[in-house]
Amino acid sequence: MVLKIENITKRFGAFTAVNDLSLTIPEKEMFGFLGANGAGKTTTFRMILGLMDSSEGEISWNGKPINYSTSRYIGYLPEERGLYPKLKVKEQIVYLARLRGMEKGEAQQELEKWLERFKVPEYANKKVEELSKGNQQKIQFIAAVLHKPQLLILDEPFSGLDPVNVELLKEAVLDLKKNGSTIVFSSHRMEHVEEMCEHLCIMHKGSPVVHGSLRGIKKSFGKKNVVIHADFPLDFLKEFPGVIKYKMTAEGIHLQITGEEIASNILKEIVPNGFIRKFALEEPSLNDIFIEKVGASYE
Amino acid sequence: MNKFWIILAHTYMSKVKSKSFIITTVVTLLIIIGMSNLSKVMDYFNKGEASDEIAVVDESGTLYSPLKEQVESVNEEITLTKFPGNEKAAKEAIRDGEYDGLLLIRLNSTGLPEATYQAMTIADTTTANEIKNSLQQIKTQLAATQMELSTEELAKLYEPVDFQQIALEKNAKTEEELNQARGLVYVLLFVIYFSVILYANMIAMEVATEKSSRVMEILISSVSPIKQMFAKILGIGLLSMTQMAVLLGVGYVSIKQNLDSMQGGFFSFFGFGDIPLATIVYAVVFFILGYFLYATLAAFLGSLVSRIEDIQQMITPMTMLIVAGFMIAMFGLGQPETPFITISSYIPFFAPMLMFMRVGMLSLPIWEPILAIAILIVTIILLAIFGARVYRGGVLMYGRSNSFKDIKKALQLTKNEKNKL
Repeated sequence: MVLKIENITKRFGAFTAVNDLSLTIPEKEMFGFLGANGAGKTTTFRMILGLMDSSEGEISWNGKPINYSTSRYIGYLPEERGLYPKLKVKEQIVYLARLRGMEKGEAQQELEKWLERFKVPEYANKKVEELSKGNQQKIQFIAAVLHKPQLLILDEPFSGLDPVNVELLKEAVLDLKKNGSTIVFSSHRMEHVEEMCEHLCIMHKGSPVVHGSLRGIKKSFGKKNVVIHADFPLDFLKEFPGVIKYKMTAEGIHLQITGEEIASNILKEIVPNGFIRKFALEEPSLNDIFIEKVGASYE
Repeated sequence: MNKFWIILAHTYMSKVKSKSFIITTVVTLLIIIGMSNLSKVMDYFNKGEASDEIAVVDESGTLYSPLKEQVESVNEEITLTKFPGNEKAAKEAIRDGEYDGLLLIRLNSTGLPEATYQAMTIADTTTANEIKNSLQQIKTQLAATQMELSTEELAKLYEPVDFQQIALEKNAKTEEELNQARGLVYVLLFVIYFSVILYANMIAMEVATEKSSRVMEILISSVSPIKQMFAKILGIGLLSMTQMAVLLGVGYVSIKQNLDSMQGGFFSFFGFGDIPLATIVYAVVFFILGYFLYATLAAFLGSLVSRIEDIQQMITPMTMLIVAGFMIAMFGLGQPETPFITISSYIPFFAPMLMFMRVGMLSLPIWEPILAIAILIVTIILLAIFGARVYRGGVLMYGRSNSFKDIKKALQLTKNEKNKL
């Protein structure tokens, strides 16, 4: 059950939305897509789902193309949330699940379980337009996962949710993964991808700038962060060889350096100066990598 | 169950259960029942109304009695009373509400009657006209007496000319049949016109709603847009049949029951006495074809807009086509044999109404309606193929979309995907 994307390119007239993207997403993996608005994430998802054809390249799921005959096994949470505003939750979830090939009775049972899990069983007979945005999103999520898809595509699943509900949904996503679903998701928030995905891909203007395993990406990035909390002035480190970035924080400074050896140089340099409350060498955050690669802050 | 049927059933059921559908059906039913019981309703209201009292000031002294007799024999609801005073006093009495009107009658220099009618308002022309007609008869008689014409001679003068129309073609409809057919066709044309507009709009709205609420993206990831489009067209089609069946059924029963009271009136003019089966069958066939033609058009137009507010703008040209067809058909009722009508009745977008009108009014050879039906079916198929392609691309397009350039854009989006159809 491997999702294989081979050299896909999508052009809209003169505009290239996705340029030569190749990815292999192993079974039961969680794969993260990062990228600024317009980077080509949604277009990639639409091509994976077969809603759009690629201009070039092939996409296959378990060796076969994805089309309406495989829709039973695929779940999709679109970025633009959409449900029938006038229909009751139960009516439309069961309808959408049946369109995915689920039996009516089974869909009803599963829906009850999910509503229970999300602590909103009383919404079954409410119209969607009566629900708050966050709760609509829960319903939307249920619509995407009710039929236990083998391949689940989540386009910005956590955007617009409060922290409590983000946790609730994150747990649900992790459970689905445990139960054997392959999950591809894009997120607005670096920490979600960092926390949940083994593999990821950063897209920029249609091209993949970084992709691979999270650990591998961090390793090959090379640069590290150093956090120093000390009672003496540290501004001389601004000019220290190997220091790329220098940032004052409330308790000390935050540095980005070119490699591990610079950290030991710094430590040697500052130890004689006085008492050091904290000295830490840290892995670069995904945010650092993103900013570096994409050249601008994402948020 | 096949996904096609799931969508069809869902479309049908959610519409049948919707408040707006139930309310429209009930209101229309009430109107139909009201219309078919119109004479009863009118009688009911007329009973309560007091008759008009008209004060008469007769300067001739001879006209009052014959006029009173004449007027009251024609219309029981007008009472003439001789007013004892002069004109001025009579006007006062009208202002006080004692009388509804004042009639001044006198003889002019040639010995013939003339009159002035006065009332607070002269909006109600019925009373004045009745009196005028009665007075006219009296005048005719007086004039005849002056000219020393006998009653027979007078009758001869007023006898209507004997004028008959006979159609020479073997199957041609007689004049009476034509009048009946005209009435029936007129009513059925209205039914086709309104229902095609109504249901085509419903389809466009349905598609636009799914698109604007963005539920479309989930739908098309589960079911192909082509399947969706046709399931929806058929679902709403079934809905329209349901509504029509209820309305026509109730209407038929209601009219049959009230037939006695309608005899000779408004409804027998409309040819409801005995409805020719063929006309009804043609009405149903052309309604269905017209529906599919415009529903397909509406579905793909609906797929091009991304906001509900734009939908009216998008389907206005289509509505114009329907209205144009209806106008031509209305014009054609009076002269169904003009070449213009004949030619127009083969144009697909006009055929449902025009060919039906011709088939109802004239005795056409059977190949004519069949040719029109064939043209319609071919057009529907072509439109469905074209529409399906636009629909596929259209449902994925968001943004400002008000122009027909979008059709091209949608087709481009669908390109290379034909093999998936």
